[in-house]
Amino acid sequence: MKRTLPLTIVLGCGIFMLIAFFVPVRWFQDASQTLQTWYLGVIAFFVFIGIFNLVRINVLKIQHKRRDWQFSIFLLIFLAGMLLAGFIGGPDGTVFLYLFQHFQIPLSATMFSLLAFFVASAAFRAFRARNPEATLLLIAAVLVMIGRVPIGVWIWKGFPSLVEWIMSVPNTAAKRGIIFGIDLGLISMALRVILGIERSYMGGKD
Amino acid sequence: MCISLFDMFLIFLILVKGISVNAYDTPNDDGSSVTVSWESDIPYSSILILRSEQKDGVFEPICEARVGRNDYQDTLIVRGTFYYYQIKAMTDEGEIISAITGPTVASVQVFNTGRLNIFVAIIILFAAILFYISRAKREKLFIRKIPALAAMDEAIGRATEMGKPVLYVPGIMDIDDPQTIASMSILAKVAEKTAAYGTTLYVPTARAMAMSMAQQVVKEAATKVGRPDWYIADNIRYLTDDQFGYVSGVDGIMLREKPATNFYLGVFYAESLILAETGHSTGAIQIAGTAMPDQLPFFVAACDYTLLGEELYAASAYLSQEPVQLGSLKGQDLGKLIFIFVILAGVIAGIVGFQGFYNLFISVH
Repeated sequence: MKRTLPLTIVLGCGIFMLIAFFVPVRWFQDASQTLQTWYLGVIAFFVFIGIFNLVRINVLKIQHKRRDWQFSIFLLIFLAGMLLAGFIGGPDGTVFLYLFQHFQIPLSATMFSLLAFFVASAAFRAFRARNPEATLLLIAAVLVMIGRVPIGVWIWKGFPSLVEWIMSVPNTAAKRGIIFGIDLGLISMALRVILGIERSYMGGKD
Repeated sequence: MCISLFDMFLIFLILVKGISVNAYDTPNDDGSSVTVSWESDIPYSSILILRSEQKDGVFEPICEARVGRNDYQDTLIVRGTFYYYQIKAMTDEGEIISAITGPTVASVQVFNTGRLNIFVAIIILFAAILFYISRAKREKLFIRKIPALAAMDEAIGRATEMGKPVLYVPGIMDIDDPQTIASMSILAKVAEKTAAYGTTLYVPTARAMAMSMAQQVVKEAATKVGRPDWYIADNIRYLTDDQFGYVSGVDGIMLREKPATNFYLGVFYAESLILAETGHSTGAIQIAGTAMPDQLPFFVAACDYTLLGEELYAASAYLSQEPVQLGSLKGQDLGKLIFIFVILAGVIAGIVGFQGFYNLFISVH
């Protein structure tokens, strides 16, 4: 029963949504929309579970003075601060917006900006000509990089057109091949899950 | 009834220059609309759509369409009622009224014919999967080796030997995304191995529901290998829904705990390279997998092994080695082969100019 009931729900909902995709009858469309609304309701409930988990782990960390426990104090203070600011002033409140614009956005931007350095370090490793494929990658990358900067046009006027061709023909062809595979894999996995063949996400077969 | 000179001039304009209107039941809907389309050689500033239930009745305006549009979906109808339509174009020379079209009635379509090609594709794939599942029960099927999955044991073994933890990142999307479901299936296998070896497993999540699911998956896996005591709920924790907040949280775990093995399996966006490069800087062996085509190059560049696209979905079946699941993989490969032939046929049809083949695939709306 512990497995049978969830599997039956998955089978029922999966087949229903599949039918609703092909049948434009209003009742099916309304019911499929209702199912999706229920899912949103469940997500809203899980926000509390997430916050509870976050608070519990960090309180325990402070209580037991585990490594770097001081950071947990900051986390809890700011969590409580944002929650209070949101509840009192609403999402457009002055304090909430101040905290969002002067703390969260700069911090997110800082993490995002690390990408510039990581792209350089990853490219350095990836572009070593170890074998013919890597050499091809290196040549293509160098051509694209040169063609995308003003000096490329200065060296040879044909660079932008060459880059355009590389991006729109071989690159797009490879990407579409991958997307085809992904879509087939997705359909196959969906069928496995709906039919109950794939059930390891529920912890196993028994 | 007398006709003025101006009316005659308008009729002349319609006949010579032409403004035609057509109304039809909107295809592939639930019978809730009628589509009105028009064509005009006369430049106009706006179009007024008129409707009546009687051909000789009073035509009421229902919508004014802007220049550039040439169709309108009338949803303010009663299903089963017959309607007549007419359009009035505002031109520099005055108003021009089209001929009356109709009667048109909206009806329910029980099958969306615009999705027939998808339906056929699913049926073919479904048949191929069922065929190979039945074959897998009778004989052993050959499945090509997936290096990233073959290296999984080695990677977990390395962490065990070094006495360091394993980090599993299930992506940043919720469990309504198929990639997260696929990731949870792989997590079950990773948790079984780490539990059996007694290695610590960290699973930070960006969604509370994914955390709940991951906790259940890991707990079940630990019980399955006879190590329920190994399971620590706090090791599977929720960090934040914020994309870069989550990245900084995971990076923090990497730098503090120094895991020997990192798994990145699921949906990733801009954070993919930040995570993979931070993991690389800590000296961890890294196995990644995603079905996000734009993020794959970053993982290929920064990780030791990468599951490319479809391999992420195939991973759980591959790791289980169950005949039924392996059969489904083989069926998927057959489906891929069929689609390769369809693409080749499309290329040939395109070269010889056979438009009919192309039309089979453009009806999806």
